[in-house]
Amino acid sequence: MGETPVQEVPGVGASPSPSQVPSDLGVVMNGHEFVVAPGATVADLVRTWCPSPDGIAVARNREVVPRSQWGSTPLAAGDVVEIVTAAAGG
Amino acid sequence: MSGRPSTATGDATTAGGDATTEADPAAAAAFTVAGRALGSRLVLGTGGIASLEVLDAVVEASGSSLATVALRRVDAAGRGGILDVLRARGVAVLPNTAGCFTAAEAVLTAKLAREAFDTDWVKLEVIGDEDTLLPDAVELLDAAEQLCDQGFVVLPYTTDDPVLARRLEQVGCAAVMPLGSPIGSGLGIRNPHNIALIAERSSVPVVLDAGIGTASDATLAMELGCAAVMVATAITRSRQPVRMAGAFRAAVEAGWQARRAGRIPRRYLARASSPVEGMPEL
Repeated sequence: MGETPVQEVPGVGASPSPSQVPSDLGVVMNGHEFVVAPGATVADLVRTWCPSPDGIAVARNREVVPRSQWGSTPLAAGDVVEIVTAAAGG
Repeated sequence: MSGRPSTATGDATTAGGDATTEADPAAAAAFTVAGRALGSRLVLGTGGIASLEVLDAVVEASGSSLATVALRRVDAAGRGGILDVLRARGVAVLPNTAGCFTAAEAVLTAKLAREAFDTDWVKLEVIGDEDTLLPDAVELLDAAEQLCDQGFVVLPYTTDDPVLARRLEQVGCAAVMPLGSPIGSGLGIRNPHNIALIAERSSVPVVLDAGIGTASDATLAMELGCAAVMVATAITRSRQPVRMAGAFRAAVEAGWQARRAGRIPRRYLARASSPVEGMPEL
């Protein structure tokens, strides 16, 4: 449990290779592989990645994680997380 | 014989909350979806906008009170600022499910949008073909039913098929959004007859969506009986988006007024507009 519970895996951002990721710590967030400290939560991921949690939503393994549960939802190895926000469209 | 000419599509009403009471212009002017009165009959799509500064000016010029946004991954490009622009202008956010090809993807996207933007409204798009971006009717109806059952206010982007429009209404959609022609094509309204049929037979508001090329297309949509028009590309990718936004504002208003005023019937032969009596012998 360091000061930064979420770290992008060095060198795998562009072409992720699961074999380089410790299997008990690896998650995929928005298509990139990350290592997270044991006990890290969805809230940790959001804090690391987003300047503001306003207008953000999170899906973990194709299920919405309500904002109220970000802090109490621990990440598990192999989780696929999507963090989304508004973009011009439609 | 009434002094008011009838039209091919009838006159008095178009859509839910839209009954025209000519004695009450204020009521006639209200565009209401799911019980919510919107100030403008021009729904703005933000796709293709060049910058947030242009968006701000376009929103102001358009007078729109409802604008679509897409849901995309957070990235370093500072996505999300679009929400601030819309909120500052008092414009309601209508999240779309653009890019979804299955009902499951669209339903999850709608749920994410509800979480992100704190709105139950969704412009439901379920695309069936990458080249034409035409809706997949089967997946669309499935997603619409699921979302309506879960309490969403669903505005589905649909083909100009009156039967599908009715099915979407029957599963609880708050409006229907038939296409004029493929998204971004600028081909205008390819089947005005179907749009008129949908508008005439629908009890929810009909919002013409997709294919609009220029302001006169929006006027035609309103003259055909639509309750509103949605425009993105025709404004955002025009040479002067702010000027075009103003043109669309006027065009939607013109079509709305013309529809209410009642067009004259079409005739094969001329009918003199000057009196035939009292002609001098020359």
